[in-house]
Amino acid sequence: MSRLQPLRRDPAAGTALPLLDLAAVRADFPILRQQVHGKPLVYLDNAASSQKPQSVIDAVGNYYTSSNANVHRGVHRLSQRATDLYEGARETARDFVNAAETREIVFTRGTTEAINLVAHSYGWDHVREGDEILISTMEHHSNIVPWQLFCELRGARLKVVPIDDHGQLIMEEYERLLGPRTRLVSLTHVSNSLGTINPMAEIVELAHARNVPVLVDGAQAAPHLPIDVQALDCDFYCFSSHKVFGPTGVGVLYGKARWLKSMRPYQGGGDMISSVSFEKTTFNGLPYKFEAGTPNIAGVVGLAAALDYVREAGLDRIGAHEHALLEYGTEALESIDGVRLIGTARHKAAVLSFVMEGVHPHDIGTIVDAEGIAIRTGHHCAQPVMQRFGVPATARASLALYNTREEIDALVQALRKVRKVFG
Amino acid sequence: MSELSELYQEVILDHNKTPRNFGKLETANRKAEGSNPLCGDKLTVFLELEGDRIVDISFVGSGCAISTASASIMTETLKGKRLEEAQRLFGDFHALVTGREAPGSGSLGKLAVFHGVSEFPVRVKCATLAWHTFQAALEDREEPVSTE
Repeated sequence: MSRLQPLRRDPAAGTALPLLDLAAVRADFPILRQQVHGKPLVYLDNAASSQKPQSVIDAVGNYYTSSNANVHRGVHRLSQRATDLYEGARETARDFVNAAETREIVFTRGTTEAINLVAHSYGWDHVREGDEILISTMEHHSNIVPWQLFCELRGARLKVVPIDDHGQLIMEEYERLLGPRTRLVSLTHVSNSLGTINPMAEIVELAHARNVPVLVDGAQAAPHLPIDVQALDCDFYCFSSHKVFGPTGVGVLYGKARWLKSMRPYQGGGDMISSVSFEKTTFNGLPYKFEAGTPNIAGVVGLAAALDYVREAGLDRIGAHEHALLEYGTEALESIDGVRLIGTARHKAAVLSFVMEGVHPHDIGTIVDAEGIAIRTGHHCAQPVMQRFGVPATARASLALYNTREEIDALVQALRKVRKVFG
Repeated sequence: MSELSELYQEVILDHNKTPRNFGKLETANRKAEGSNPLCGDKLTVFLELEGDRIVDISFVGSGCAISTASASIMTETLKGKRLEEAQRLFGDFHALVTGREAPGSGSLGKLAVFHGVSEFPVRVKCATLAWHTFQAALEDREEPVSTE
């Protein structure tokens, strides 16, 4: 029996959701058609980076073929076209996270840069010596190190909410650690190494009750869960394009306008200013104050195509498909001799992290790769999680909307081979 | 499966399961740590040197089959060797696993079982971690070495 919580269905909705048309979805991703080591590619490393549908590839190609110019600059036609595409993408991103205003959407290089931006620009004026930033054991290094760097600079302290043996936040500890000096809570929505879905609404409510703003690292949530920043009431939310089927090198930072207005710029340069003289520079309004330099325009255009793709596929359908696959995979992996899952939260998304007795994850990775199967092995940029579970590394299969039961079966077959090699 | 079975030869699997010279060496006068944090491989090499002769050598740590077996077979090979010979072996071993030397050539002895590594470029760092750590031990370096 699976320990996973069954999906809650809206009783008013009556019948179950229409299923994802898996064959059609797979046909949209040209990279999946290839063979690796003479076997059909089974791509199960989606938490590291997802594949791109043809519509995203075309959007980037078309941009360079017919619209390329700098944005917010020229009066000429191409510059106008590029600006329209770029600003149209901002509206698409606003809609994707259901932000109240388009100016609350800042394009960054990715989740990492978004967190660094908040650490610097929020931290500068709002975090003093002796103040505290609250994160958790399950954070990705990109939601640990920026805070460490800032805390060191400012003489502030980093506090860490522990997790239980299933990889769930210990909420009593979270409440206890929310103290009078806490200036920001920065937590992941979905854990990249464990798959745990954190109760973000509750986390935000508890923090707000103490007037503490919350940043949500949504890098692993965006491809799997509907995001509604207004319903969550979080103060910052960020995610990366490349994990949600868009190009690399682009990400989104949502910030409540009142915070963004109160924050100083992250970088200085072109586009983020209203006027410059050697005596004084006046900064541009939101969101441009935070977008210094020529942005990754093609990447942003590709991201918009990716968000359109996800919206059309339907995050409810994607969620239902992945949940069924996760249940199937959980049971299948547990049937293999000596396999132990790391991360068994009740609310879990699309990640199967595991260890196999007597076999190092790196050896698992090499053997399954020979079967055409891509999984991640290592610490997943989450070394504190590895330490918490007392393992040097794990093997991780992470799912996306285009994965199938047959691919899980192929992984299980390959893992049985691993077992055979290592006896 | 053929490249794979070249990589995971019986001898390698055996040394992974039952590493030789595994444990702290009380008589050691040199030691160093090696670590490939991305993979989660970590080991310490202990050396007892007398002049230019390796009187005894051991290791502790944990890692993948390739890194563990490499450390095990390295200690077996180097015990009793002179440093000059050890350096030659390291050079030949490195050439073997990076595919710059044909399998079976030279006088690598048991180390030749690692020829399959050359087909797996990302695993070269696993096979050479112990050797680089040995090198660091010779110099008694305090900073852990890495092959990543």
